[in-house]
Amino acid sequence: MIAEVQKILESYQFNKTRMMDILWDVHNKNGYISDDVVDEIARSLNMSPLDIKETASFYHFFHDKPAGQYQIYLADTVIGKMNGYYDAREALIEEVGCVFNNVSEDEKFGLFDTNCIGLSDQEPAMMIDKVVFTQLTPEDIKEIISEIREGKTPEEIANPNGHSRKDVAYIDGMVSTNIQRTGPVFFRKDRNYRALIMKMLGTYPGEVIEIVQNSNIRGRGGAGFPTGLKWKLCSEVETDEKYVICNADEGEPGTFKDRVILTRSPKDVFMGMIACAYSIGSKVGIIYLRAEYWYIKEYLEAQLEEMRHDGLLGEKILGQEFDFDIRIQMGAGAYVCGDETALIESCEGKRGAPRLKPPYPVQEGYLGKPTIINNVETFAAVSRIVTKGADWYKSFGTEKSTGTRLLSVSGDCDYPGIYRIEWGITLNEVLRMIGAKDTQAVQVSGPSGECVNPWQDGERIFCYSDLSCNGSLMIFNNSRDMLDVVKDYMEFFVDESCGTCSPCRSGNVDLLHKINLVVDGKATQKDLDEIVSWGNIIKSTSRCGLGMSSPNSLLNTLIKFPKIYKRKLAKVTDMVNPSFDMHAATSVHENLYKKLQEEAK
Amino acid sequence: MSSIKKNEIASYELPATQLDEKSRKARDEKIQIATIALCGCWGCTLSFLDMDEKMIDLFDKIAITRSSFSDVKRIPHRCAIGFVEGGIANEENIETLIHFRENCDILISVGACAIWGGVPAMRNLVSLEDCFKEAYLESPTMLPEQEKILPFHEDLPPITNKVYPCHEIVKMDYFLPGCPPDGDAIFKVLDDLANGREVDLPREINRFD
Amino acid sequence: MSIKITIDGKEIETQAGEALINVAADNGIFIPRLCYMRGKPCLGTCRVCSVKVNGWMAASCATPVYDGMNVEVDDPEVKDMQKALVENLFSEGTHNCPSCEKSGRCDLQAIAYETDMMVSRFPYRFTERKRDNAAELIWLERDRCIFCQLCVHYIRDEKTGQKIFSISGRGPSSQIEIDKTLADKMTKEQAREASDICPVGCIIDKERGFDHAIGVRKYEISSIRERILKGEQ
Repeated sequence: MIAEVQKILESYQFNKTRMMDILWDVHNKNGYISDDVVDEIARSLNMSPLDIKETASFYHFFHDKPAGQYQIYLADTVIGKMNGYYDAREALIEEVGCVFNNVSEDEKFGLFDTNCIGLSDQEPAMMIDKVVFTQLTPEDIKEIISEIREGKTPEEIANPNGHSRKDVAYIDGMVSTNIQRTGPVFFRKDRNYRALIMKMLGTYPGEVIEIVQNSNIRGRGGAGFPTGLKWKLCSEVETDEKYVICNADEGEPGTFKDRVILTRSPKDVFMGMIACAYSIGSKVGIIYLRAEYWYIKEYLEAQLEEMRHDGLLGEKILGQEFDFDIRIQMGAGAYVCGDETALIESCEGKRGAPRLKPPYPVQEGYLGKPTIINNVETFAAVSRIVTKGADWYKSFGTEKSTGTRLLSVSGDCDYPGIYRIEWGITLNEVLRMIGAKDTQAVQVSGPSGECVNPWQDGERIFCYSDLSCNGSLMIFNNSRDMLDVVKDYMEFFVDESCGTCSPCRSGNVDLLHKINLVVDGKATQKDLDEIVSWGNIIKSTSRCGLGMSSPNSLLNTLIKFPKIYKRKLAKVTDMVNPSFDMHAATSVHENLYKKLQEEAK
Repeated sequence: MSSIKKNEIASYELPATQLDEKSRKARDEKIQIATIALCGCWGCTLSFLDMDEKMIDLFDKIAITRSSFSDVKRIPHRCAIGFVEGGIANEENIETLIHFRENCDILISVGACAIWGGVPAMRNLVSLEDCFKEAYLESPTMLPEQEKILPFHEDLPPITNKVYPCHEIVKMDYFLPGCPPDGDAIFKVLDDLANGREVDLPREINRFD
Repeated sequence: MSIKITIDGKEIETQAGEALINVAADNGIFIPRLCYMRGKPCLGTCRVCSVKVNGWMAASCATPVYDGMNVEVDDPEVKDMQKALVENLFSEGTHNCPSCEKSGRCDLQAIAYETDMMVSRFPYRFTERKRDNAAELIWLERDRCIFCQLCVHYIRDEKTGQKIFSISGRGPSSQIEIDKTLADKMTKEQAREASDICPVGCIIDKERGFDHAIGVRKYEISSIRERILKGEQ
C-alpha cells in the first residue's frame, strides 16, 4: 500500500488541498485508511499525521480500521422508517450476520447506518460501496447478500445489464427519477448549448450578470440570496483567480431534486456554471458531489468530456479568449458540507467546519480567492434564464419570488417524486397535486425547515417571504407519531453537527435528551419550557446555519402540535422529578451483588 | 425503600428531651432550618461553623431544628429552609432528600457534591461493577486469606448506579457552590433568606473549589 | 475610517472593521469569552462573547464594527445566553474544580464567576474521554476539553509549523488529540505556553501541579475582567 500511496500523491502533484481525493483513492483501494498510510501521507506532504486524521475522521464514509470488503449503508431516515426500514434492517442483520456499526466475522461485510442518501421517494434504500438499491424488501436483501457471497459484485447485481457507468442507463437501472410534473424551465430536451455559449461570448460579462439580476432569481439551496447580486459582488473583486463551485452536496433529508437534475439535465448545470465563470472571470469550476451519489460520477464526467470534445469546456472555448473547465470533487459523508464555507474547507482537503463570516466566499473563498457557490438547481435555472431572458423567467412565480422551483416530495402521498412548482402556489394546492390525504403535518425544507399543520397553514404560499422551501417536502398523515419524527430529526442533527461551536455540538445533545424524556413520558411542563429556552439559545448563538436551524422541528411542533406533547407529560404525584429513574438508580447494586458473589465462588 | 420491622425502633422514633416552655416558644417563633449531609465530606457543614461570630446575630432570627450536629434523624415539624450538603450516592440519600423536600419550604444545594456530585462523582467515570471490585473484591488492601464479600443486606442502603446531583431527584431552590463554600458565603445566603431578601451571592465570594 | 457605534446606549467613536469585542473592552465594557485572545485571529468556537447587534445575537469576536451599529451587552437575555453557554460547557465535560490543577488560573472557571453561574441548568453528563499522558511534558485531560481550538491553531511545532494538537471526529464525539512525537520536541517553555493558552485544565504541563496557594492564584491576584479590560488578554 505504501508504494501505492506515493503514486496516488503523485497523481495530485503532492497537493495537500486535494486531501479528499487522496483519502478517497486510498479508501477505494484498501477499504479503510490505516495509520501507516496516514503516516506515509503525512511524511510526504510535510504534515503532522494528526492533521490528516482530523480530516479523515470528520467524514463518516472514511474508516480508520478494516470495515468489511463490502460496506453497506442503510439510510435510516424517517421516511424509510415509515416504509419498511425496520424489516430491511432486521434482514440485513440476519443475512450479514452482524449488528450495525460492525463488521461480519468473515470481514466480508461492514454494516452501517447513514443519513438520507437522496432517495426518499424510493425507500428503504441502501448503498453498498458505490451502488445503491432501493425499495428494499427482506427478500431483496436476502438475494443481494447471497449473490455477493456467491461471488458477484454489488455493481453486477445493481447493474445486471452491464451498462457502462458513463451511460445514464446505468443510473436509471438503479434509481427512478420519478419526475411527476415538469414545465418550461427544467428538463428541456435538445438544447443547443453551443449556440447559447456563442451568443453569450458575444456579449459583455456584465450583460450576463444583468440578465441574471433582472430575473430576480434567488439561490435555490435554501438561504435564498439573490444570485445576480452574488455574481456582481464577485465580479467586482479584481484578481486573476476566481472559482465557481456547484453545491451538489444535497444533504437535507428529503431532497433529491439535485440528483434528478444531474441525471436528466447535467449540461444545464454545467451551462449555468459556464455562464457564471464568464461573467465573473473564472477559469476553474468544481462540482462538489456528495459521496452518496458516487454512482452518477462517471456519467457526469462523460458528459463533461462530451462538452470538452465539443469545445464548450477547456481552453479557448469556441475559439474565444475564454478558458474554463470543471472538475468533480467528491464529499465523504457530512451534512454540514452543504454550508458553503464548510464545503470550501472540504474542497481544500480539510474538516468540513464552517468558516466565520465575514469574509464571505465572494471575497475570500476557495483557496482564499473570490468564489461563487450556487446550488445545482440555481445553475440549471440560470442556464435557461440566459437563453430565454429575464422577462421570460419573471413571467413565472410572483413579483418577489420569481420563477419556478423543484420540490422533492416524499412520505404519505400517492405520487412521491419531483414536482415543478411556480412560486405562489399554496400548500393545499401542492397537497392536492401530490395526492396527499389525511395529512397531519408537512415538513417543509427538511429537518432544518418548518413543520406546518395543513389545517392552519393550508393557504400559506410557497415563496421567499412565506414558505421558502429548499426543495424538501415530507408528508406525514394522521397515523404518524410526530414525536418520533422530531426525535429522528434531533438524532440527525446530533450526528451531523461538526462540533466546532459549543451550542450546536453540545446543546443539540441536551435537546435530544429532552425529546427522549417526552417520548418516554417522563417530561414535565418545565422540560417543555426548557426546550423552548434552550432551543432559542442554540439558534441564536450557533456559528452556522446548522445550529441556527437544528431546534426548528422541536420548536415548530411545540407551537403547531402542542397536544402531542401535552398528552405525553408525566403525571406528577410526589416530590420526585419524573425524569429520575428510581429503579435504574437503585437496582444495580443487588444485581451486581448476585453476579459478583457468583463469580467469587 | 427500606422498612422498619415490627420489633425494631428507628432512632428518630426515640423520645427526645423536651425543652422548657419558654425556650421552646422562643425557638418556635424563629425561622426553622434543617441541615443534612448526604454523600459528601461534611466540609460544607463544618464551613457552616466558619460563620463564627456572625452566627450570634443570625441565630436571633433562625433556629436549627434538625442538623447533622444534633443528630436528630427526622425533621420534627415543617421547616422554612433545608440546607443540603452532599450528593446522592445511595438509597438512603434519596429517601432523606425526599424527606427534606417534603418538609422544607426552600431547599439549598450547598457545595460541589450537592450541586453536581463533586468528588464522589468521580466514580461516575467508572462502572459500579469496577468500583465494587476495587473497593471490596480485589482491593489492594485485602488480607491474602480474606473472604471476598460484597456488602449487601436489607439494612444497608443500596448504592446507586452513579452519583446524582440533588436537583436531579427533587427540585432545589438555590445553589451555593464551593468545595466547601466559605462561611461568609453561607452566611450571606442564610442572612438574605432570614431577612426576606432576594438571595444574591456577590461574585467575589462565589467559588467552585 | 472613524465611525460611531452605540453600546448599551453609550455612543462610542472607533475605527471601522475593528472587532466589536476589542472596541467594547477598550471602552470599559466587559464581554466574557473563552476562545478569543487579543492580538490573535479570532476562532469563534465558544460563542460565549455573543451579544445583541441591532437586535440579533452575534459573536462579538467575529463581528467587525461598522457605522451606526447598535450593541446591547448589559441586557438580561444576552447575559442569560452567555451564562447558559458557560453552563453548557460545565455539563458537557467533567469539570471538577476542587481537584483540578488549573483551578484559580482557569478561564472557564473565571468566566463562570463573571457570569454568576452557580449550577449548570443542563444535565451533567460525566462523559468519559480517555486521558493521554504519553507525551513527556504534557498531560492531556480530555474530560476538560471545551474544543476552543486555541492549542490547535497557536501551539505549533517550532521548526515545521506542524500541528501538535488537533481535533479528531466530529460533533459530540469530537476529541482533542496530541502528537507525541512532535510534543516531545517541545521545550518546557512551549509546554507551559500550551498549558497557559488552554482556557481549561485540559493541557497540563507535567511537574507543575498546584503551583500557587489558594488566594494568590492568577485570577485571585487580578480578575479576568480586570485583565480583559486592561487589554492584557
